[in-house]
Amino acid sequence: MDSLLEVSGVAKSFTMHLRDGIRLDVVRDVSFDLPRGQCVVLGGASGVGKSSILKMLYGNYGVDAGAIRIRHHDQWIDLATADPRTVLEVRRETLGYVSQFLRVVPRVSALDVVAEPLVARGMAMEDARARAAGLLDRLNLPKALWSLPPATFSGGEQQRVNIARGFITDHAVLLLDEPTASLDAENRAVVIAMIAEKKRAGTAMLGIFHDLEVRDAVADRILDVALFSAREKVA
Amino acid sequence: MNSTPLLKVQKLSKTYGQRIGCKDVSFELWPGEVLAIVGESGSGKTTLLNCLSTRLDATSGTVEYHMRDGAYRDLARLSEAERRFLMRTDWGFVHQNPADGLRMTVSAGANVGERLMAVGHRHYGRIRDAATDWLSRVEIGADRIDDQPRAFSGGMRQRLQIARNLITGPRLVFMDEPTGGLDVSVQARLLDLIRGLVHDLGLSAIIVTHDLAVARLLSHRMMVMKDGHVIEQGLTDRVLDDPRQPYTQLLVSSILQV
Repeated sequence: MDSLLEVSGVAKSFTMHLRDGIRLDVVRDVSFDLPRGQCVVLGGASGVGKSSILKMLYGNYGVDAGAIRIRHHDQWIDLATADPRTVLEVRRETLGYVSQFLRVVPRVSALDVVAEPLVARGMAMEDARARAAGLLDRLNLPKALWSLPPATFSGGEQQRVNIARGFITDHAVLLLDEPTASLDAENRAVVIAMIAEKKRAGTAMLGIFHDLEVRDAVADRILDVALFSAREKVA
Repeated sequence: MNSTPLLKVQKLSKTYGQRIGCKDVSFELWPGEVLAIVGESGSGKTTLLNCLSTRLDATSGTVEYHMRDGAYRDLARLSEAERRFLMRTDWGFVHQNPADGLRMTVSAGANVGERLMAVGHRHYGRIRDAATDWLSRVEIGADRIDDQPRAFSGGMRQRLQIARNLITGPRLVFMDEPTGGLDVSVQARLLDLIRGLVHDLGLSAIIVTHDLAVARLLSHRMMVMKDGHVIEQGLTDRVLDDPRQPYTQLLVSSILQV
């Protein structure tokens, strides 16, 4: 199978030093592949470790064991052991992340927030803004908001800015953390169509979707995270 | 991708008699990379910054800098003239208190133009044009060019200090609590400005801060210091989202949510 990301034997626990060193085992033996042009959806109850898996893949969380290999241009890189500089390069060029919440930077307009990943990869500002405008338009964000910083936007508006920012590049692998959580039906349909287009373009995606309608529409496979849960074993 | 580090630091230590300023600090800084050094007062972060920038002599260890001619030089072995030239051209140093980095009784334009004159520029009109341009890049109106920084607000002074440092096109900028002591709204504006300039100019920067939000917004990588030692380091969002050391967990859990 032509995979772009291979996860094997990954384990994650947290040691809470401020809580008498309590150790929370989250997941163990996480192993799966992410094939080109498919969307794999992480399933399982709240708290089972779905978000932790996405964060380990993106590098926000370290891992205790195992390997997270990603195809970056022509080489395979193990994100579990890569140095910060390599992780940043992989994020810029290969691995994208659409989070549930937008981390707002003061004074930067919605349009520039969306255009930024293209500018970071060397595209001229005007071209990047034109692409950003196209996406915001498609996601039905009112034009009047484009030049404003998203700090004061509603949850759904911020989320659409976030989606546009995540989808604007042609990153080969995308991580989607509930990108449709606060969207109305019309915009959910837009996002479903955008995910389908990414698939046709060969993008490999791993997502969390609690909305069953969206999940059924986008998932090629559902991976039950309970299989990897380290908590049940302890209990 | 640029494949040589700008700065190579090995086992850098500074002791004051028995007392440790910083101990055995090693890291590399790459072109375009922003490194935040965080920790509480007295943790050694400013001592480290001063040793790195040759403002303070280290007790042991080396700091090597990749000069524009491609050679690595041990900073402790530079002549005083070479060191001063480096500090005026290829480096910037932004102090927490703008008064430490500005001349308060000469005009804003002269403050910004001075570094150009120090590296040999002599044409008054061109220096003034460059100064005006840099003032506008830090959002200070051209009508303020003849005013002294004494007449500026804290936020404007800090922006002026940044312009003064960046006019010579430095490759590396050291910043010591650049947003400390400013109102939050002024801080936000300054942070956004620094973030934009660092990105547009491809600067490398080492920023000392006790404010984790500043580190999150500006830096790619961070080092956490305690009692003179680097106790944790890595990708900024990994250190903040998944802190390992007890002290780092305490720092992160102490952030007030609004």
